[in-house]
Amino acid sequence: MVAVIGGGIVGSLIAREINKYVEDVYLFEAKNGIGTGVTKANSGILHGGYDDPPGSLRAQLCYKGNRLYDEISRELSIEVKRIGSHVVALDEGELAVIDELEEKATRNNVKEYRILNRDELFEMEPNLSENALSSFYCPIAGITEPWEVAIQAARSIELNGGRVFKGKRLVEVAKKDGKFELSFEDGSTYTADLVINAAGLYADEVAKLFGDDVPKIFPIKGEYFLLGKDVRYVNSVIFPMPSELTKGCLVIPTVDGGFLAGPTAHGVQSKQDFSTTRDGLAEVKEKTLKLIPSLDFSRNVVKTFAGLRPESGGKDFYIDVGTDNVIHVSGIRSPGLTAAPAIAKYVTEYLIEEKLHINLEKRQNYIEHVEKVSHFVETDFDYWSKAIEEDPEAGQIICFCNKVTKQEIKEAIRNGARTIDEVKFATRASFGECQGSFCTSKILKIICDETGLRPQDVLLNEKGSWIIDSEVRSI
Amino acid sequence: MNLVEYKKKKIICTNCPLGCKINLVYADADEVEIIEAQGNRCKRGLEFAKQEITDPLRVVVTSVRVEDGEIPMASVRSDKPVPLRLMEEIMGVIRQTKVSAPVKRGDIIIENVLNTGANIISTRTVNKK
Amino acid sequence: MRYETDVVVIGAGGGGMAAALSAYKSGADVILIEREDETGGVLNQCIHNGFGLHYYKKDLTGPEFKETLQEELERTNVRVLKGTFVLDVSRDKRITFVNSNGIHEIKTKALVMTTGARERHFNSLGIPGDRVSGIFTAGVAQKYINLQNLKPANSALIVGSGDIGLIMARRLHLEGIEVKGVVEILPYPGGLERNVQQCLRDYDIPLYLSHSVTRVEGKNRLSKVYVSQLDGTGNIIPNSEKVFEVDALITSVGLIPSVKPVEFVKTGPGFITSNTNQTTEDWIFAAGNCTVIFDLVDYVAREGEKAGKYAALYAKNEYISQEKITIKKGKNINIIHPSYIDPNQATKLYIRVSRVFQKAEITIEPLGIKIIEEEARPSEMVEIQIKPFKDNLCKEIEVSAHELG
Repeated sequence: MVAVIGGGIVGSLIAREINKYVEDVYLFEAKNGIGTGVTKANSGILHGGYDDPPGSLRAQLCYKGNRLYDEISRELSIEVKRIGSHVVALDEGELAVIDELEEKATRNNVKEYRILNRDELFEMEPNLSENALSSFYCPIAGITEPWEVAIQAARSIELNGGRVFKGKRLVEVAKKDGKFELSFEDGSTYTADLVINAAGLYADEVAKLFGDDVPKIFPIKGEYFLLGKDVRYVNSVIFPMPSELTKGCLVIPTVDGGFLAGPTAHGVQSKQDFSTTRDGLAEVKEKTLKLIPSLDFSRNVVKTFAGLRPESGGKDFYIDVGTDNVIHVSGIRSPGLTAAPAIAKYVTEYLIEEKLHINLEKRQNYIEHVEKVSHFVETDFDYWSKAIEEDPEAGQIICFCNKVTKQEIKEAIRNGARTIDEVKFATRASFGECQGSFCTSKILKIICDETGLRPQDVLLNEKGSWIIDSEVRSI
Repeated sequence: MNLVEYKKKKIICTNCPLGCKINLVYADADEVEIIEAQGNRCKRGLEFAKQEITDPLRVVVTSVRVEDGEIPMASVRSDKPVPLRLMEEIMGVIRQTKVSAPVKRGDIIIENVLNTGANIISTRTVNKK
Repeated sequence: MRYETDVVVIGAGGGGMAAALSAYKSGADVILIEREDETGGVLNQCIHNGFGLHYYKKDLTGPEFKETLQEELERTNVRVLKGTFVLDVSRDKRITFVNSNGIHEIKTKALVMTTGARERHFNSLGIPGDRVSGIFTAGVAQKYINLQNLKPANSALIVGSGDIGLIMARRLHLEGIEVKGVVEILPYPGGLERNVQQCLRDYDIPLYLSHSVTRVEGKNRLSKVYVSQLDGTGNIIPNSEKVFEVDALITSVGLIPSVKPVEFVKTGPGFITSNTNQTTEDWIFAAGNCTVIFDLVDYVAREGEKAGKYAALYAKNEYISQEKITIKKGKNINIIHPSYIDPNQATKLYIRVSRVFQKAEITIEPLGIKIIEEEARPSEMVEIQIKPFKDNLCKEIEVSAHELG
């Protein structure tokens, strides 16, 4: 059995890749949902690959990953929008940085870019600040919903004979007869021949369980605003000139029509600190208003949130074999999302086959394609009408803002969703303007009806995130 | 001569939609005596104001548990205002009460609750499941 | 399937039911569409009294108000489609909807939008802190407690002293939840005075005016809320921070008119309408909270009635609006509804002043209308009747308020 520790986008894509060769792949996720860690709270950008340090593992895998997303999109039925990106120069001094970007792109073998003059730039992005002079435009950059990739990859694994476990946190590793005995916090144990450590923020701690040392991970928080769909602020991803530490505070369209502003980049003490801060949010506002002055932070905010980057000293990915048959995939910060499919191939084709000399043969009966999770509102009326004929609940709208039906919610629950957030991320219910005010109580009831859970047992996401305390009146 | 404390209070009359804002100056001795009232547009307002400073009355609005109903609760109210000071106790009685569906709007759930002369009645219909 | 009718009403809350009834009484064929499984909208969960004082001359609770309207509706042949969601309203008067019977279309002559409003969510305020469960809008808490028999908290802080926040403060308290206070950012309460008395003072629940939530904390579930006092200009007063240890934050921080799915009429943010409830598209009328936020369902029902009547007349080609006189907001006026007038018809003007007055004189010029309102405040709508008038030179009227004494 091959065990993958960590059900984020990296872990789930690696597990899926291995599953193409090995049936017994077990994906273990510590939290209550797939893709709910680093994967859930980031910019959702597929980078062009031009600006990573040439020669780094990041650079090597980013462009490759970007190119692999078309295949991922087809096979996993997820949405990828190639909306392009602009790195915008806001003054004469920044124009020189565009030349640096061009040089890096060349060294990274990225040919897909153009330098735009002011007129060309404003034709594409009319809402930019008056100060914008020019941009480094990359047409292959895009956006996706990272958690959707992870969720679909997890489904793919289950479809092909593998298993996905949620709520299992690895606490101890022992070696027995050449195999790994993995012990989890809930008391369960599993024996694995090969383990991939893709534990995100905790990859360094998990490595220690195997007696290995990888570069220490220190969390860097990024805070964001999510703005609503009413105003079309930008058409592509808008970057300011990059700095040493980060790509800067951006304005990013989301797949479903909203806009992200952010992220900041500040180190925090705890790997569990996902709080937003007054200063962080103020910084996002100040910086992004310099790019797009019309961003309406007083009336158009849907929500704010923070993500954590698993940064390490070298600022590069650490992907290598450890002692015996374990591979550590650590420090996957930006451009981790973009590189993820390439990381999966790197781990399988290079590290497992070549470095560990484990022979892998493609399975005959492997099912490549995972059906799209139904979002009826995105189909045409004929398709939707037929679905309603087969199941009237496909015509019952539960989430009004995003037009999510009862059938889709039940499907998410059948696919393993047990918490409000899991249903949310699988269906986009509660993502809209009302932030669940109309639908959360209904989703809670549907979860109870389908799973037999009592209202008191339904969580928003992690342990302790209870919603209901008890009945108001008991019988 | 006894020194009587004069108190001031502003009261919103809820007898009718006008919702007059009545400014009262009153003496709070053995019996309450209104010294000055300003803002009421009718006599009922004055009566309301006096009641409000002696023994305020409120309509009880809450829910009662329904068994075998389409929904688990029926909203209820008192059909007359009751003394505010009895509110917690009345809530206690209502908490212990349950009814079986069907319930019709206007059905008496608790008759003459705590001898106040007010009934607790259902404000909605709940059909059997 | 294709339906055809005279008037479609979208939203069967207090406004919509009244509109459907009124359109029917004016001789129209009516289809009433409701996305929930029950008619009544928020009336179903507003189990407190204070409704119907004007409309029915009775003091009713929300459910009683709804059932009274519902019974009247059942005596008509208005077709009510429940559990039905409108996907599209097109310029050629086609309404596309979906329900468990499929996706269908209605060709109509007139449309009344009575789609109400949604609650502003805490998330959109950008208040920093942990991502926790336990933060509910007051409407959601109300739904859990009043309709689903579910208690979502053990202790709570209420943010926003609008009516719904005040009502929920009392409700939570009476169900044994410790309500530690109501926090209000403005220096005066947002809801009706009657509710401040009967929900807070009656139960000694403290009201913190000029206070604002600055941070929320908790590990997966809320456990602390930080609140600071604000000075006259809205800045935080240093060292004024209070910490409330509560497991629920109940918010009542504003209602936003719902105008979807009509995309092609003027909004700002609700439907901009005339005194006959007509929007900028002749055949589309709107009433209730989807135009401006009203205080009482009584006003909403009356507006719905008016919209239904004019929609029916329009469908029969018996109402064609002529000129439109703009109503301008003068001094100290925050909200005016409607935004313009067909002077041939009577007008019910609703006003909100922009600050608290001891004694406000509200004037409408050049019509020469003056009314006096004691203790006028932004949270309480003032109603003014304007008779039809003929003044060919008048293109604009202005409403203003000033302090009399």
